[in-house]
Amino acid sequence: MNQQRRSLLKYSAVFGLMASAGLISVAQAQEWNKAAFEGKSLEDVFKILGAGSPDKSGAVTLNAPDIAENGAVVPVGIVTTLKAEQMAILVEKNPSSLAAQFFIPAGTEPFVTTRIKMGQTSNVYALVKADGKWSMAVKEVKVTLGGCGG
Amino acid sequence: MQRKFTLGLAISISAALLIVSSSVSAQNSATDDIAKYREMIADGNPSELYEAAGEELWKKPAGPKNATLEKCDLGLGPGVVKGAAAQLPRYFKDTNKVQDLESRLMTCMQVLQGRVPQEMIDAPFQKGPKKDMEAIVAYVVTLSKGDKIKVSTAHPKEKEMYELGKRAFFFQGGPMDFSCASCHGEDGKRIRLQDLPNITTQKGAAMGWGYWPAYRVSSGQFWTMQQRLNDCYRQQRFPFPIYASDVTIALSMYMAKNANGGTVETPGLKR
Amino acid sequence: MADPMRVRAAENGGIVDVKILMKHDMESGQRKDTAGKTIPAWFISTINVKANGKDVLNGQFGPAVSKDPFLNFKYKGAKGDKIVVSWVDSKGDKRTDEATAS
Repeated sequence: MNQQRRSLLKYSAVFGLMASAGLISVAQAQEWNKAAFEGKSLEDVFKILGAGSPDKSGAVTLNAPDIAENGAVVPVGIVTTLKAEQMAILVEKNPSSLAAQFFIPAGTEPFVTTRIKMGQTSNVYALVKADGKWSMAVKEVKVTLGGCGG
Repeated sequence: MQRKFTLGLAISISAALLIVSSSVSAQNSATDDIAKYREMIADGNPSELYEAAGEELWKKPAGPKNATLEKCDLGLGPGVVKGAAAQLPRYFKDTNKVQDLESRLMTCMQVLQGRVPQEMIDAPFQKGPKKDMEAIVAYVVTLSKGDKIKVSTAHPKEKEMYELGKRAFFFQGGPMDFSCASCHGEDGKRIRLQDLPNITTQKGAAMGWGYWPAYRVSSGQFWTMQQRLNDCYRQQRFPFPIYASDVTIALSMYMAKNANGGTVETPGLKR
Repeated sequence: MADPMRVRAAENGGIVDVKILMKHDMESGQRKDTAGKTIPAWFISTINVKANGKDVLNGQFGPAVSKDPFLNFKYKGAKGDKIVVSWVDSKGDKRTDEATAS
């Protein structure tokens, strides 16, 4: 076997290992919480997440528009001064309340923004777990019927 | 008795005025809220995903001739993409016609790659070869973002296209007797929560022409200008125009020329 | 692998601002097709972001996240950080893309 081919095989073996290592760590990351994402009501999801009855806290800010021009894309952000380890976005009137959740390692800011679908005007909840305690913020987001224009 | 009457009248008039002004301000605040919503989603336009795919397609050999589009002349010379979309539609000597971006891309696909234009014309939007077109359009228009809209009607065929576009714009027909002007011919028109730009003015034309093609969040799709025009016809309950036909190029010419001096904001992000 | 993501990472004052656009239909499972049949749910379920090999975010999405998902977060980092974003969807399809913090 010539030198070039040997190096090529060595590199592909290394890349193969790295790739599988990457795949393994994706699986290791908190397994997708099926029960939580299937929870129909807020109370169901609070219970499954172990959030009990979270207190409203001024330390949690939910960034969301007052009106969304279209319910298919509603920008929602959570930011908090608490040392968040876990953050979740819930939509009260969606068929399943939990839209997304995030696990925040040390060194990452307690700040996340994404976009969610809302079936209708509803309260949106930002849940934050910090030091084992759950807090929340709520905001009503109006969803328009969209339009024909634009 | 007289005094009580006038006092009562004064109170009811001011109450009425208050109601009117609060509904006007409610409407204004809805417009402001929509503006805030649009601002919140402006960063992170999914059009970028199409643009990335389009750049790859531009450089990828395709068609019977197995060639890339890298020699395509969009009006500024073969292969020059930067700034080209801002100056379309324009007259092209090699085809001896005025072409918009999509018809010009079809010419390049045909001449350089050997692809059959009729396949592109017949394909439904968002499917088959039109998926490639949408991505390539996203790529090309992104490279004009921030430029000034600058189309010319110096060439007689360009002038002719503009005049045809103007006629088409005001042409009333279909079961509702609509024309483009029904929605876009006056200031202050609105459909539900969308303000409709007055395309007969420079400012309104720039709002329309400068922001399409765009990613439409309501359908999660990237729409080219041809698709937007096609849907306008659907909304008017007119028959659909043929993809990249003269009437669509003419309307594009009308809008672009009216918009001259405005800024290219494409790819846009729409409801 | 599925369609590529757009990953942007900009460092400022020791904080890296990461913005990700993922290409995915994110079918909610609530819609019906023209024949009246429910279109099955199909969505990105887990996201992992690493900087220089260390986890900086783990996310879980449900079908209520919008089509072509957008994600923005920030972590303590430096210019030149190698950022790797991976996602897995509900059908087991995957995608990994990288970026360097500038």
